[in-house]
Amino acid sequence: MELETLLLSRIQFAANISFHILFPTITIALGWVLLFFKLRYNRTGEERWMEAYRFWVKIFALSFAMGVVSGITMSFQFGTNWPGFMEKVGNIAGPLLAYEIMTAFFLEAVFLGIMLFGFSRVPNWVHTLATFLVAFGTMMSAFWIIVLNSWMHTPQGFEMIDGVAHATDWSAIIFNPSMPYRFTHMVLASFLTVSFLIAGVSAFRWLIGGRTEGVRVAMKTAIIAAAVLIPVQILVGDMHGLNTKEYQPAKVAAMEGNWETSTGVPLILFAIPDEEARENRFEIGIPKLASFILTHDWNGEVKGLNEFVTEDGEVLHPRVSPVFWSFRVMVGTGLLMLLVSWSATYMIMRRKRGVEGLPKPMLYALIGMSFSGWLATLAGWYTTEIGRQPWLVQGVMTTKEAVADVPAPLVLSTLIAYLLVYAGLLLAYIFVIFYLARKTARGESIGTNIAPSPAAAPKAMPAE
Amino acid sequence: MNYFGDPTIWLPFVFAALMGVSILIYVILDGFDLGVGVLFPFANDDEKDRMIASIGPFWDANETWLVLAVGLLLVAFPSAHGAILTALYLPVAIMLIGLILRGVAFEFRAKAPAPHKHLWNNAFFAGSLMTSLSQGFMLGMYVMGLEWTLAHVGFAILTAVFLTVGYSFIGATWIIHKTSAVLQAKAVEWAKGGIWGLVLGIGAISLATPFVSTRIFDKWFSFPEALYLSPLPILSGLLVVWLWSMLRKMPYAEDRRSWQPFAAATALWITAFGGMAYSFYPYVVPEQITIYEAASAPESLFIILIGTCIVLPTIMGYTVLSYFIFRGKATELRYD
Repeated sequence: MELETLLLSRIQFAANISFHILFPTITIALGWVLLFFKLRYNRTGEERWMEAYRFWVKIFALSFAMGVVSGITMSFQFGTNWPGFMEKVGNIAGPLLAYEIMTAFFLEAVFLGIMLFGFSRVPNWVHTLATFLVAFGTMMSAFWIIVLNSWMHTPQGFEMIDGVAHATDWSAIIFNPSMPYRFTHMVLASFLTVSFLIAGVSAFRWLIGGRTEGVRVAMKTAIIAAAVLIPVQILVGDMHGLNTKEYQPAKVAAMEGNWETSTGVPLILFAIPDEEARENRFEIGIPKLASFILTHDWNGEVKGLNEFVTEDGEVLHPRVSPVFWSFRVMVGTGLLMLLVSWSATYMIMRRKRGVEGLPKPMLYALIGMSFSGWLATLAGWYTTEIGRQPWLVQGVMTTKEAVADVPAPLVLSTLIAYLLVYAGLLLAYIFVIFYLARKTARGESIGTNIAPSPAAAPKAMPAE
Repeated sequence: MNYFGDPTIWLPFVFAALMGVSILIYVILDGFDLGVGVLFPFANDDEKDRMIASIGPFWDANETWLVLAVGLLLVAFPSAHGAILTALYLPVAIMLIGLILRGVAFEFRAKAPAPHKHLWNNAFFAGSLMTSLSQGFMLGMYVMGLEWTLAHVGFAILTAVFLTVGYSFIGATWIIHKTSAVLQAKAVEWAKGGIWGLVLGIGAISLATPFVSTRIFDKWFSFPEALYLSPLPILSGLLVVWLWSMLRKMPYAEDRRSWQPFAAATALWITAFGGMAYSFYPYVVPEQITIYEAASAPESLFIILIGTCIVLPTIMGYTVLSYFIFRGKATELRYD
């Protein structure tokens, strides 16, 4: 019974946070992209930048609202499902969460109103400043939450008094060993997600006939940004992995599907990890490559999963399959991103044809990749979060210690309700993005009018 | 005892006060926009658009006060956060789904194709209703000490209805202030029809609280405390009378005094909340855990306090700024 509650609570938390992270992943970077559009407009006075701004600010508003409401859920989940977490490490998690809520959330929530609705009510520079503050606020929000999350992976700067963690060194807590890697990795993931979303939706608009200057400039910006960022992301991801190997070797062992500690470990491309037999089936690997990637030595020693089983048989490493496969989905999606963005950039650059140089199959490929950032980001988070199990805070407390003693049927029924709502909203979200794209492609107003003279503007829909 | 010398005493008190203020600001600010949602079925399509426009620039910031309140509970009184929210598991889940529905309905109703709009209007109403009812239910359960017995649930259902009607009342007074002509006149009627929810809600909780706990009873009905406290119920009574007499004559010529019903409703809310805070202090989980027992370590609270002292005045400042920028009658709301 208790185990069921634990498992269901984990699934519920995973469902809530997975749904939530989709939208910050978009808003963190989209805020900066909007600022870029706005600054280009301020500089050049070209209408096409404002056209791009007008379309994407709506997607921003929509994503932001989804992020806010699903974020509220998160702040309650700690108490409803995981009271043990705050009881034990609340002295450290508390201030970090507080700073997230106070500095960032409010900044966004208040200036967002001015950014979305205030263009004709405030001077232009105030509107630009509001756009900047919203982008900055979203980024700070991400910073504090990543600090807390990283601390859960690589905790330091605290002492345990009577079973409760007390902070001793805040700079050690904030700048914990995995934070810089995780933060950079996440911010880049956000920019890649937004790049592929903008590229995909713009390709869709282009294909159905919405060939405006705004679409052209947004698509080009997005494709080039993706092409530039993806190799950086692969490099940062590699550094993050090396950091994980140092502090959470069990996670890396699960990612690699490596059971025995040995030298010259192969890089496994495909395998079906068997948790019972503690070995891989159908393994296909490249000899010695894992050792080389992780230790930069073809014969380097890499720790295996069997190191993390205590003498009385307690397993202190995560279940292997979910970590192993999430990791491969993330890397695979990343490589696909590299392929698509580089070929698209090549086609744009070739004889300086711009987006006209993109053939139809490439446009379809871009549309198909619209939400590839979501896939890679979720797979990456699953790798790192499931990879931390059975720990909630690495080496300090297990997930099992933190769970609330709520009857399993209650957890299950609310889980089903959440899932139904989330599925509906996700469909509606994607539907509305493409609906807006079709509408603008037909040359219809989508109700956003940033023209400085409201009197001359067509009647807009209220409340947009 | 030197109260200001001992951080394990004054820090929890300061945080309880901050949390109280956040909850109060939340129930007033989100109270009116939830109320506007609850009133949705009584309005026609044009009026719905105008009602949405009257809360559009604010709802998001309003809702963040809930995050701040729950956030403060979470970070300053972690064990209380766990105890309260685990006890209120189901209503919390219903409220969260309600908040999600209404929050996204705001965006979707404006962006989805026209034929889908009524669907999102319904989602907005349903979300507002679920949120209001579950908050009222939680209030009732909290007053009853968070124990699930049949009688307590019955009481909580009553407070759920009262709070929802109370929210619709304060929502109506907001619409009176932000609109004109036919919709304003309609809102006056809604306010008249909803004032009982507020009166009965405050009445029910005021009557029930002292009888749940002898400690609270003694706090109110012993001399000389009763004397000092008497302005609270008297003030509330006067506010209700003032509100009623105002609403009967509304709307005044040239829109005079259109802000006053909302102000009076806010004042009523504050007195009611002050009374509740007085009753429950020093407990954060009624009759079980005090704020001093539940508080985080002083050094952690102190760190949060530094941030709060910088951030809270700023937040207050630009909340006022954003209400100032979007002052006056609600017109069409657009991205310009």
